[in-house]
Amino acid sequence: MSAYKIIDHEYDVVVLGAGGSGLRAAVGLSEAGLKTACVSKVFPTRSHTSAAQGGISAALGNMGEDDWRWHMYDTVKGADWLGDQDSIEYLCKEAPAAVLELEKYGVPFSRTEEGKIYQRPFGGMTKNYGNETVQRTCAAADRTGHAILHTLYGQALKHNTEFFIEYFALDLIMKDGACKGIIAWNLNDGTIHRFRSHTTIIATGGYGKVYYSATSAHTCTGDGNAMALRAGLPLQDMEFVQFHPTGIYGHGTLISEGVRGEGGYLVNSKGERFMERYAPKAKDLASRDVVSRSIAVEINEGRGIGKEQDHVHLHIDHLDPKVIDERLPGISEASKLFANVDVTKEPIPVVPTVHYNMGGIPTNYKAEVLTLNGSEKTVPGLMAIGEAACVSVHGANRLGSNSLIDLVVFGRAAAKRAAELVKPGMKHDEIDKNETDRCLDRFDKLRNSEGSNPTSELRLSMQKTMQSKCAVFRTEKTLKEGVDEIRRPYDGMDSLSVKDKSLIFNTDLVETLEFDNLIRQAITTMDSAYHRKESRGAHAREDFPKRDDENYMQHTLSWCNGSKTKINYRPVHRSTLTNDVQYFPPQERVY
Amino acid sequence: MVQLNLPANSKVEKGQYYKDKTGSKNIRKVNVYRWDPSTNENPRLDTYEVDMDNCSSKVLDILNKIKNEIDPSIAYRRSCAHGVCGSCAMNMNGKNGLACTKSHSELDGDIDIYPLPHLKVLKDLIGDLSTLYKQYESVEPWLKTSKVNDKENIQSKNDRAKLDGLYECIMCACCSTSCPSYWWNGEKYLGPAVLLQAYRWIIDSRDEDRKERLKKVADELKLYRCHTILNCTNACPKGLNPAKAIAEIKKMLATA
Repeated sequence: MSAYKIIDHEYDVVVLGAGGSGLRAAVGLSEAGLKTACVSKVFPTRSHTSAAQGGISAALGNMGEDDWRWHMYDTVKGADWLGDQDSIEYLCKEAPAAVLELEKYGVPFSRTEEGKIYQRPFGGMTKNYGNETVQRTCAAADRTGHAILHTLYGQALKHNTEFFIEYFALDLIMKDGACKGIIAWNLNDGTIHRFRSHTTIIATGGYGKVYYSATSAHTCTGDGNAMALRAGLPLQDMEFVQFHPTGIYGHGTLISEGVRGEGGYLVNSKGERFMERYAPKAKDLASRDVVSRSIAVEINEGRGIGKEQDHVHLHIDHLDPKVIDERLPGISEASKLFANVDVTKEPIPVVPTVHYNMGGIPTNYKAEVLTLNGSEKTVPGLMAIGEAACVSVHGANRLGSNSLIDLVVFGRAAAKRAAELVKPGMKHDEIDKNETDRCLDRFDKLRNSEGSNPTSELRLSMQKTMQSKCAVFRTEKTLKEGVDEIRRPYDGMDSLSVKDKSLIFNTDLVETLEFDNLIRQAITTMDSAYHRKESRGAHAREDFPKRDDENYMQHTLSWCNGSKTKINYRPVHRSTLTNDVQYFPPQERVY
Repeated sequence: MVQLNLPANSKVEKGQYYKDKTGSKNIRKVNVYRWDPSTNENPRLDTYEVDMDNCSSKVLDILNKIKNEIDPSIAYRRSCAHGVCGSCAMNMNGKNGLACTKSHSELDGDIDIYPLPHLKVLKDLIGDLSTLYKQYESVEPWLKTSKVNDKENIQSKNDRAKLDGLYECIMCACCSTSCPSYWWNGEKYLGPAVLLQAYRWIIDSRDEDRKERLKKVADELKLYRCHTILNCTNACPKGLNPAKAIAEIKKMLATA
């Protein structure tokens, strides 16, 4: 191995990732007086939180009566009872304060006539435990994520958070089962950096790019998840991949659920508003897994639109152009750019598109990472938040607008917990040299790959396999084939080709490291899906169409060593955090 | 006569030519600026023949196709691929824009792709935006309010509407790097992107620091190097109008 120049840093806390959750955590940590580093492979405002459109849920009650308990019930039901109800209680109860805090930070929320934060209807969000639609989703037009991300970056600047921008994190530094920091590669000058920290907070987002068609950014490669796997830690509920019902056909760009919240509706080739058949009450505002499956059934049964009959139409052309202009300007722009559609006159061609990972690094509601070792146990020095984490508030299916609130509530919770555990200026442990060597060996080996398989080919093969074998509907046969096929691109790394050997902005190597991260998550996703022989939320098995609470009201845990996985389960938390609310026992889930 | 010398290694040389290997009948020539900091070589312009029959509609699709199928060493920033993250700002056929929203059908002839103008190049199409980011920090982009109750600030729809056309800025830097004033005085002049951001906070009805904010930008170099050339507004891929924001700041100062 060639020698790499290593630059050492010591911080009380290192936050890995600068999206909504990472920035919110960084703000809280800096406020608490902890020496905080925020490390990100992209400039903070380029993070994928910027793409969130419709809004952020919180029972503020600005647009009619609301109660956080109703929000909790909706979330439990949306999650198809796979969510941990202690965490969900925490999320929904803390949500209103978290949104008001964002407003105080300066988020330019849209406003009601009285000048309060505007809230819109969203899928699965109801009044009085499932009775009628409620307006709970706080919005800044249809650019809510962008508005929140930029505002949080401003707050982090205000609190003098130290940023390490365009640093690509390679691995966690572990010692006796505890996390002692991270190692990262500075793309700007090619140096290697070792950050020692008392707590490391993983906030690296989802891994949508394991699929061929996703609303996710190119950078959504779940780097933190893969770092956890390499550290011998499990990922949880990886089989639960959310397909957003309305990605632009052929391109995958997201069209917000807010469109249906504002009155948009779906039709098939016969011009039918088919959602009325699948969800008589909620119709187009049923939860995302339900709407995506309904679209898939329409297409499978020959009622899709277009030459290939492979998509459906989303109409908003009946809405007042003024409403579109004020509340949905971004999707008008996107529809024009990527579907060449004028939304005031024509429908938008849409198809279910991979959008969100419910699974990730298992944590408790304080954001501390869990592992299974006889009983539930935390991993000292390690936390996870945001899409990278599996708290689990979204269970088997996330409700729209519950992700942005997840980011800020648990970003804040992580900062609070870290401030309890870490005191400014505590002494750092010695790091085992082997950890650094192990990390740099992998880096060096990938960098000097002289084989014949370009990263782009292996990645494409992985994405096509995930797309065809682990889609909206799954069967024993497709998953079994998938379990075998998904290992081929992994094995292809034995003869990997990396052409660029330089160290400054070597994006050939970045994409290779990202692929190495993605493929491990693709494997755990496929294997977890294969082992869950029931249908729940986003995991729909045609051969096991029913939910099986007796055997599967459990979180899947999957470890991955090379291409070998180990699957185990831990029970879903069947109690609430406090007596402010009662546990919601499983019910049949209808919308 | 005055002799002008270009800085060492700044002359762009002819680079490699990558001939099409697919046998496509629908070929487009794409010239891409290349520079590798780890060599002592001059920048060069590589030419790729790209099969347009199997390429999606945007310039970013072309770059991805080149990187995936022809030359993996080519370096550029990209992330969201639909015009919200601002990563893939570059200069295409002489005009700044986002590669992910720019349709190649709108570009005539061979396609020339360069980094954003007048930035220090880090590698290939990746420019150094650190000065612009520092300038952004200097306008203190956060709400200043003395209200500490646990209720939201009330803001009328009209006051909120004043933020439209401002808060949407994605800081891609297409505007600032198209501005000749910023080219010459980029260290001191804040430039259109940052001034638009400054105005976003100046005009926010919830902010209590308007006077101070105005005072801070009221500087011959920071603000008044804007000579209303309007390249900025012409360049903005989000359809915003930084020139107008700058004019509003000047107006507020003139009438204060």
